[in-house]
Amino acid sequence: MSAWNVLDWGKLMRISQEIKRKIIQIAAFGYSNTYLQNFAGGQLYKGKWKQFCNPGMNCYSCPAARLSCPIGAMQAVSGSMNFSVSFYVTGFVLAAGVLFGRAVCGYICPFGLIQELLYKIPSPKKKLWKGFTYVKYALLAFFVLLFPVAVTNELGMGAPAYCEYICPVGTLEGGLPLLATHPELRRTIGALFSVKAFILVLTLAGCIVICRFFCKVMCPLGAIYGILNKISIYHMDVDKEKCISCGKCHAECPMDVDPVKAPNSAECIRCGKCTACCPKEALALRFRFKDFG
Amino acid sequence: MRWSKTLNQKKQAARVLVSLAAACLMAWGVYRGEVPVVFGKAVNVCLECIGLG
Repeated sequence: MSAWNVLDWGKLMRISQEIKRKIIQIAAFGYSNTYLQNFAGGQLYKGKWKQFCNPGMNCYSCPAARLSCPIGAMQAVSGSMNFSVSFYVTGFVLAAGVLFGRAVCGYICPFGLIQELLYKIPSPKKKLWKGFTYVKYALLAFFVLLFPVAVTNELGMGAPAYCEYICPVGTLEGGLPLLATHPELRRTIGALFSVKAFILVLTLAGCIVICRFFCKVMCPLGAIYGILNKISIYHMDVDKEKCISCGKCHAECPMDVDPVKAPNSAECIRCGKCTACCPKEALALRFRFKDFG
Repeated sequence: MRWSKTLNQKKQAARVLVSLAAACLMAWGVYRGEVPVVFGKAVNVCLECIGLG
């Protein structure tokens, strides 16, 4: 086989892997946001599917949303009068995480697809300083887990702090469409919305310059799946005997992970770009209970 | 090699434990009535979520 054939085959593998992933992402986005007609009237879907959580980030106040946002639902239950922790949502997120890990981010998350489209806008592209990736764990600990339980009103109800003060997904998918269709809501805009709009602008700008900026820095759901990436059943195996340490996988990774050193890094979204570009097929993503070796 | 084998066994044990914990937590959450709370929040406009709360 000539060198050209090897190169063409490698390129074809990368393209076909990426097309498969994009088809799954678009299908998941479509399934999560079925009720597009609701954008016109600014009303929400109120059917039974809203009892179930979306494995990815998709605001349940988005008019098109079919499912509930797990981070919003977690805070809604833990901030309610009767419960201080949500076993239902925690169990769901743990189940999704132990099965797929951050493959949820790479394949299913609707906001993940939005970020990848934003990154296609021509602009100077930058790498993120690794220290910023720990911000999402702090956001998870304080805004999602602690504040809704610790800071409560006289009725014992806590606010969904992450949604209220941080979440740019809610502002983009829920806030802007609802404000556009409801004049009475526009009259209530205050300082809080200005803060959230500022965070949204920063996030969108970050996503244009840095690949998946929100996933890397701000996503509390990604933080949970990242921790579970270490043990998830869908995981990456490295055959160190085949690896020639060419560094192609590290250079190709959109999440700045070195798959040979850390195949199950908390940042790896299982996009498969490294497995497709490996000239020796030393990397493999597998749905297997046992690890390689 | 032995170290790697022990690590793999620990990972497998963790997978089983987390899967079981997830199933139990979900079942307990459904049993004690968390689903209507999630549903109630999701079908009404969440003013906090959109920055108006």
